[in-house]
Amino acid sequence: MNTLAASVTSTGEAVQFWVLGTIAVIGALCTILMKRAVHSALCLAGTMIILAVFYLANGAYFLGVVQIVVYTGAIMMLFLFVVMLVGVTAADSLKETLKGQRWLAAACGLGFGILLIAGIGNASLKNFNGLGAANSAHGGNVEGLAALIFTKYVFAFEITGALLITAAVGAMVLTHRERTERAKTQRELSEQRVREGKHLPPLPAPGVYARHNAVDIAGLLPDGTPSELTVNKTLRDRGQIRDVSTEALDDLKALEQRSEERLGRDKDARDRDGQEAKR
Amino acid sequence: MNPVNYLYLAALLFTIGAAGVLIRRNAIVVFMCVELMLNACNLAFVAFSRMHGNLDGQIIAFFTMVVAAAEVVVGLAIIVSLFRSRHSASVDDASLMKL
Amino acid sequence: MENLIALLVAAPLLGAAVLLCGGRRLDRIGHWLGTLLAAASFVVGAVLFVDMLGKGAEERALHQKLFSWIPVEGFQADIAFQLDQLSMTFVLLITGVGTLIHIYSIGYMEHDERRRRFFGYLNLFLAAMLLLVIADNYLLLYVGWEGVGLASYLLIGFWQHKPSAATAAKKAFLVNRVGDMGLSIAIMLMFTTFGTFAFGPVLGATGETSEGMLTAIGLMLLLAACGKSAQVPLQSWLGDAMEGPTPVSALIHAATMVTAGVYLIVRSGAIFNAAPDAQLAVVIVGAVTLLFGAIVGCAKDDIKKALAGSTMSQIGYMVLAAGLGPIGYAFAIMHLVTHGFFKAGLFLGAGSVMHGMNDEVDMRKYGGLRRYMPITFVTFGLGYLAIIGFPGLSGFWSKDKIIEAAFAYDDGIRGWIFGGVALLGAGITAFYMTRVMIMTFFGEKRWQPAPDPDKDASVEPGIEVTPGEMPHPHESPRSMTIPMIVLAFGSVFAGAFFSIGDRFANWLAPVTQFEHPHPVISVPAITTATMVVLLAGALIAYLMYGHRPVPVTAPRGSLLTRAARRDLLQDDFNHVVLVRGGEHLTRSLVYVDHSLVDGVVNGTAASFGGLSGRLRKLQNGYARSYAVSMFGGTAILIAATLLMRAV
Repeated sequence: MNTLAASVTSTGEAVQFWVLGTIAVIGALCTILMKRAVHSALCLAGTMIILAVFYLANGAYFLGVVQIVVYTGAIMMLFLFVVMLVGVTAADSLKETLKGQRWLAAACGLGFGILLIAGIGNASLKNFNGLGAANSAHGGNVEGLAALIFTKYVFAFEITGALLITAAVGAMVLTHRERTERAKTQRELSEQRVREGKHLPPLPAPGVYARHNAVDIAGLLPDGTPSELTVNKTLRDRGQIRDVSTEALDDLKALEQRSEERLGRDKDARDRDGQEAKR
Repeated sequence: MNPVNYLYLAALLFTIGAAGVLIRRNAIVVFMCVELMLNACNLAFVAFSRMHGNLDGQIIAFFTMVVAAAEVVVGLAIIVSLFRSRHSASVDDASLMKL
Repeated sequence: MENLIALLVAAPLLGAAVLLCGGRRLDRIGHWLGTLLAAASFVVGAVLFVDMLGKGAEERALHQKLFSWIPVEGFQADIAFQLDQLSMTFVLLITGVGTLIHIYSIGYMEHDERRRRFFGYLNLFLAAMLLLVIADNYLLLYVGWEGVGLASYLLIGFWQHKPSAATAAKKAFLVNRVGDMGLSIAIMLMFTTFGTFAFGPVLGATGETSEGMLTAIGLMLLLAACGKSAQVPLQSWLGDAMEGPTPVSALIHAATMVTAGVYLIVRSGAIFNAAPDAQLAVVIVGAVTLLFGAIVGCAKDDIKKALAGSTMSQIGYMVLAAGLGPIGYAFAIMHLVTHGFFKAGLFLGAGSVMHGMNDEVDMRKYGGLRRYMPITFVTFGLGYLAIIGFPGLSGFWSKDKIIEAAFAYDDGIRGWIFGGVALLGAGITAFYMTRVMIMTFFGEKRWQPAPDPDKDASVEPGIEVTPGEMPHPHESPRSMTIPMIVLAFGSVFAGAFFSIGDRFANWLAPVTQFEHPHPVISVPAITTATMVVLLAGALIAYLMYGHRPVPVTAPRGSLLTRAARRDLLQDDFNHVVLVRGGEHLTRSLVYVDHSLVDGVVNGTAASFGGLSGRLRKLQNGYARSYAVSMFGGTAILIAATLLMRAV
């Protein structure tokens, strides 16, 4: 245990750093380069898990666990939840719309990175004390942290607690929508439907063929055109209806062609056989 | 290996996150990039903690996580309500503060 | 005795207040009240004079402080009077001639329905003029100076329904304002230099002051004198000022107010004595004006304007003498007094002639009047002899002295030049006065029927004139002839009385100092030359106007004559140089204002607007753009930190 947080790194840790560090950078790059938000979120989750491993390697056992539980477990799931809410299939165009933005961003990023790395390189960071003494002072990493949090940092801790509560309330306030009218009962809804005179029965179910009974596929009307009514309103609003009407016709066309080819080959064979028979 | 490499890694990740903030239009991805930057900072703090041989760096990283959690909660709430009202999560669409 | 001094001013001031505020109730007695108060002022002056004669020469100056006017720390101005020999001379002249002209005006303005107001203005003038000459500091003198300017304006424009009179009043006021500016600047310079305005401290401290400052003050005072005394280049208003009623021309624009400039220069003698350059400027102005006025006087057919030219010329003599320093001050004042007598007499005579001739002013339409107006003829004739310097009469004594003093300017060429100019002026004076005399009183009758006042605005209103009626010349009423007779006495005897034994010069000596002039040529030679020039001038005039018939309409005349009829182009000069120049200057200033000043202002605004427009584009509303700026800024901060650490 102590060796992991020693002042001199072991060969194992070096290998682990180079392998996982490369993956973490790739994950970070993928996060900012993936077209779909859900892919970005997954790449970020991977990077965060690797960071958790690095925390552990640096002797921050509590933080490593918290990183996995809080970040990858809670925060990233929250992200995914919102991504789903917004539309999981919506792909962003990576084409830049602001003039010069990408060049400026690249220049700033490069300059910033070079400056940071130069700064770190400049600093005299040769002496690593290691966390062995600090972690064992109170009997372990968690105990050590607890000792600090509830003594030296107790006010900051209390204030972060208040911040969390405020954030929770703020999120509720932001997303909450006050109901301005009473919700209609089922009876009233059915009466309204009768009064309007359309769609007295329940809306038609999505899907036509067994393999396309997903909720985002519109059911086909008798004339072969899709009916949007069969798809959930949320999906309709997001424009996430998959149109399979042409797919089916294409499938049919391909089937006919294939059968015709087969039939034609049979015919040719028959013709050939016939000529041979005459001879 | 020198543990200072963790710091280089943190700087690299931070820069990548910053570039993502500047480049991406999707508010959710921008937000993720902010999280990436915060995580890079946390890595630096943890490395510093090891360097100095005390736990204060880890405490700071811990508080950063708490603040990041609060920030995510509020930020995502804002994104959701933005999406509700504008039917778009693009940060460029919310560009009313100009002439 | 000192307490009487304030009464000098108070009496006419009271008269002015009562007459101007009293309303129509006073119409019947207003002129008597005005005359009475003028006479009262004269009596006070006479009492003070007698009292003064009873004292020794050095103890004659009286002082009276009424109250502190502006009692501010470091800026003390008092209402205080100083009555010395110089002031006393003026007081007697002003109140004496003033009273006579009040009496004359009773008859002259008899038919004017605004006579009460006229007497109110006259009293106002007397009060202001007396204040001017008895003030004991320059600030109070300035009050009187502006007061006479106001009275002059009101009286020139008394017949304000005549556009020419209203314009003339405005012109006089404006031109005087230029001079007044000079006086106010001079007073400011005095305050900054001496810290006070009072005559005593200012004139006593000239020895310790730099000559440059004294020259500046002197030139500003000269400018003031030029404005008030109608000297070149501020002379243009005097001819037009004859639009006022004739008594006004006699009192204000001949005898008293126009001599205020001479008073100012003589009073400030200590300053001029210490500033030779300013003194030279005074002499030059006087010399130029005396020729200028004389030449203008030769060409005018309007009797009053001819006399106005003469006035200008005679004041030129006085200014010339005042510029000569201690050798000339006494003669300047003496000529001023004698001129006050004979010029007032001449104007009153001219008024009497106009009174008898349906207010005709053109001498070409006079002729042969001596039989019809004997008293006017005799008094006018005595004034004529006095002004040309006929031996024994007033003008002879005073003008001759000035010519002598001019020759004594220095031993070199300047003495000859100034003396020569003064001598030449005497000859021209003889010429134009003889011309006036012959054209008015001798020769055949060239009378014309009275013009229609409705058609001709130049007719003086107030006297009923039947259009087309031939004039019936008649002697004026006694209220007009008596002042003329009194003034004629003065014209004849004053000069001799003053001059014999240098009586006048010695009287003034405590105030002005006195030195006997030492001309470049001997005094008898100068006197002889003066006589020769005088006779020549008169003879030429006789040959031109007495020997040949005078045409009723003026001949075209030579170039000089035509120029002189137009006041030697002074108005044209003013119009071209000042009015047009001012317009051009204003226009160019407007142009500069529009193009340069507005350009700078608007350009600044426009450049800021343009800059803001460009800066505004940075505010594109995109959060990512802002983020780039922030990120770039952070990068720069880090770079700066690293650099500072590296250094």
